[in-house]
This record gives sequence, C-alpha cells and structure tokens, in this order.
Amino acid sequence: MLTVSELTGLLRTSIEAQFSDIWLEGELSNLRAPGSGHVYCTLKDKTSQIRAVLFRSTAVRLRFALQEGLQVIVRGRLTVYEPRGEYQIVLDTVEPKGIGALQLAFEQLKERLATEGLFDQDRKKSIPTFPRTVGVVTSLTGAAIRDILAVFRRRWPTLHILIAPVQVQGESAGRQIAEALTALNDLGSVDVIIVGRGGGSLEDLWSFNEEIVVRAIAASHVPVVSAVGHEIDVTLADFVADLRAPTPSAAAEAVAPVLAEIVERLRELMVRLGQVMLRQCAFERQRLDAGIQGVTDVRFRLQEAAQRTDDMLDRLREMVQQRLAAGRERVHGVQRNLSGLNPILAIKQGLATVPQLSKRLEGQMGVRLAQHRHRIHATLAQLNTLSPLAILGRGYSILQTVPAGQILHRANDVGVGQELEAQLASGRLSCTVTQVFDDSSV
Amino acid sequence: MAAVKFEQAMARLEAIVGELEKSDLPLDESLRIFEEGIRLSKNCLKILEEAEHKVEVLVQDKNGKKRIHAYSPDDAADEPSS
Repeated sequence: MLTVSELTGLLRTSIEAQFSDIWLEGELSNLRAPGSGHVYCTLKDKTSQIRAVLFRSTAVRLRFALQEGLQVIVRGRLTVYEPRGEYQIVLDTVEPKGIGALQLAFEQLKERLATEGLFDQDRKKSIPTFPRTVGVVTSLTGAAIRDILAVFRRRWPTLHILIAPVQVQGESAGRQIAEALTALNDLGSVDVIIVGRGGGSLEDLWSFNEEIVVRAIAASHVPVVSAVGHEIDVTLADFVADLRAPTPSAAAEAVAPVLAEIVERLRELMVRLGQVMLRQCAFERQRLDAGIQGVTDVRFRLQEAAQRTDDMLDRLREMVQQRLAAGRERVHGVQRNLSGLNPILAIKQGLATVPQLSKRLEGQMGVRLAQHRHRIHATLAQLNTLSPLAILGRGYSILQTVPAGQILHRANDVGVGQELEAQLASGRLSCTVTQVFDDSSV
Repeated sequence: MAAVKFEQAMARLEAIVGELEKSDLPLDESLRIFEEGIRLSKNCLKILEEAEHKVEVLVQDKNGKKRIHAYSPDDAADEPSS
C-alpha cells in the first residue's frame, strides 16, 4: 500500500526520467505572471493541454513577449508539482512558431511604439535647409563615415561636422547610440543629426531596432536623419526618425545643400534686387523727365508766341513805313503843286507885285510847307504814338537812308560810308556805316 | 541657431525681391525694403563665405566627461569599446 505522496513521488521520478528533455509544440493560453517573475501558462492543442511554467531566470532571457494564443515551440523537462499532483513542463526555451523570436520581438516592439505615437508623421520635425553644424552618430571605422564626409566636402565644404563615435552592432551598441544622441542634443549647437551605418545583415543592423535607440531618437529635439544602409528591411530607427535615408551618402545629401547652388541663388537674388530697383528708379526718372519735357514744351510755345508777336510788330512797322512814305508823297505832291503855281499870274500881276507876290508866295509856301511839315511831323508823331511804343520801346530802332528816308531792311542795301538816320524810342541818331556784314552766309 | 537665421534671411530676401518685382510700391517704400534686402544679402553672403570647415569628434570618457577634438581618419581608437 502506498500513500498519495509516495505515489506522487514515484510518478515524479518516473516522469522526470522519461521526459527529461523534450520538444513540444502548442498554443499558449492562460498566461499568468504573478509578481514573483515566474510565468505560468497552459500549452494546448485541439484536444489536449499541459500545464507549463517558466521560471524567472528563463523568463527574463526571452526576447519577445508571451502572448495569449501565440503558437510556440518549446523545450523543457517534465515534472510533477507534488502539492497539487499535477504534471507540468518546466520550460527552458520558448520560440515562436513560424517566425523567429527576434522577428516576433521586433513586431511586438514596433506595435507598442506605434501605439504610443512615436512613428506618427506629425511628430516629425523638418530638416533645416541650411544647417551650420551637423552631428553624426556612427562608427569611426567603416565606409559610412567616409562616405558622409566625402559628400559634405563635395557639397558644402564649410560645414561644421561633429562626430559622436559609437559601435554600430553588438551588445552595447544600442546604449552607445542613445547616449551619443543625448550628448549631441545637450551641446545645443547642433542643427541636425545623422545616425546610421553601412549595409549589413539583419543581425548586424539589429541595434537600430532597439527600444533605447528609438526612444533616444524620439526624444531628440534636434532633427534626426536615419541612415541605416540596407536593402529591404526598415529598422525602427528609420520609422521614428524625422527623415529616413537609404544610405549614409543619401543622408548627407539630404542634409547638405550644394553650397555653389545656394551662393548662386543668393547672387541671383541680389542681381534681381539691384535690377528691379534700377528699373523703378529709371521709371521714376522717366516720369520726372516727362514732367520737365512738359515744362520745355510750354517754353517752346511761348517762344512761338513771341515769334508771332515779332511778326505782328514787323507788319506794324511796315504799315508805319508805308504811312510815312505816303505822308512824304503828299508833301512832295504839295511841294510840286506849290511849285507848279501858274507863273503867268505872277507875270500878269506885273513886276511890281512880283517881289511882293514872290514874298507872299514864299511866305505862303513857307507857311504851307511849314504847315505840311508840321502836319507831317504831327502825323509822324501820331504814327509814332499809334505804332506801339513797344516796338521802339523794346529797343527796336528804325534805320532810314538819308535823305531818301528809305527804311532799311537789308544790310546789303547800303554801303560803307553811307549816312543813315536811326529813329529810336527817344531821339534820333545820325549814323555812318562803317562795315557791312552780309548775313546770307549765316 | 545660425541655421534658422540663415534660412529666415533667405526667405525674407526672396519675399522682398518678389514684392519689388510686383512694382506697385511707392518709391520711398521700395527704397526702404531694398535697403533691407541689401543688408540681408550681405549677411547671408558673410555666413556662406565663413570658412569654418571643421570636422571634430565628440568623445566621452569613462567618467562621463566630454571633450571635442579634431578628426583624423585614423581615429578609430576613440570608438567606445563597451
């Protein structure tokens, strides 16, 4: 006869011996993780199930999170939990079925971080167009840093580059990358950060999937460009970065504009600035000139008017001259009449009367002549007053030949030595021609 | 930071040239922003032509102390080992 405990003990020994190392496949369910750190669950398939336990030491080494319903492949040893008389499997290794543990961990982390919003588009900061200082988090060995520096040298040689060297794979890589990002942020002088490495296998790139790296990038207030050189997969660092570049060279190109282009753009702006200002000044000057032109036009019109006035005065002068000539004609006419007085009367009246008559005649003639001369002078005076004093008053003078009284128009009409009379606004002058200038050549 | 100032200056300069080219400003207003444009251009050129070509390495020692020194291609020793 056996006791319960004895039986249980025997079962335990038997089972432990027979199933000391087995592989099992099943579905996780009834997951329980009390505070102790041990994990209890059930592995089941369609028709049966078995209890399982993951002790703390094994549980912490898991790279992925255990989830309800997860299909797993496990390795462990069977035992009996005597207090409850239950058999169970103590798990040593747990792997997700159909997918690598690493991959599953990656998927789980990615989902968790996405839910936190770390990959959201509107979280992403814009990369400054003209950075002055660029931080680079990468290995000092390897092609990545050389490529980055080469691109910068080519495009923007005067850029200030600050490298924070890290290991880009291995156990401590993730922590180093995160610390480098923090250090560059703390400097306060960095405008943009490139974090990355050259190409490699999925394992090589794995540091850039670590949570600590993702959180460091998310926390960076300096914009971050991820540059993990690979062909297919996108790391979590790529998702959280403000900009993702496929290679380190591409990252450098995204960060540094071509200095020559920027200088050219600046010069072009300066040229346009100068040109548009010159144009506006020219336009204003044109307007000003048009205004001045307007004033010049008026002056021209005034000159025209003056010329017309001169013409009028010329005509007036001609009229004066004609009247003078007419007046003189009358005088001559009278003179002739007077001289044409019938001498027979004089003879008839006897010689006796001749002296008297001739005296009287002379006297009369004298009187008449005097009268006529007086009248001529009066007429002249009248005409003088009629003719706008302005003509003579303006400085014109009338030149007449002596004694004919011909008014002078052309210098050629007189010769050197000829006597002329000049009628001025006030007074007359007796002149002699000293030289004749022919204006026809002018 | 200098990066933002340069970017802002270039953007303002573009805006000024655009405004002037629209040509509906009175002359004294044009002259005012023209002068501002000249100032901005000169500043931008100065920033661009500063020959500040520096490549440096930021190193943190075990005590957490940081120092910066010039980079040389044989600097692999500065990479943290752990």
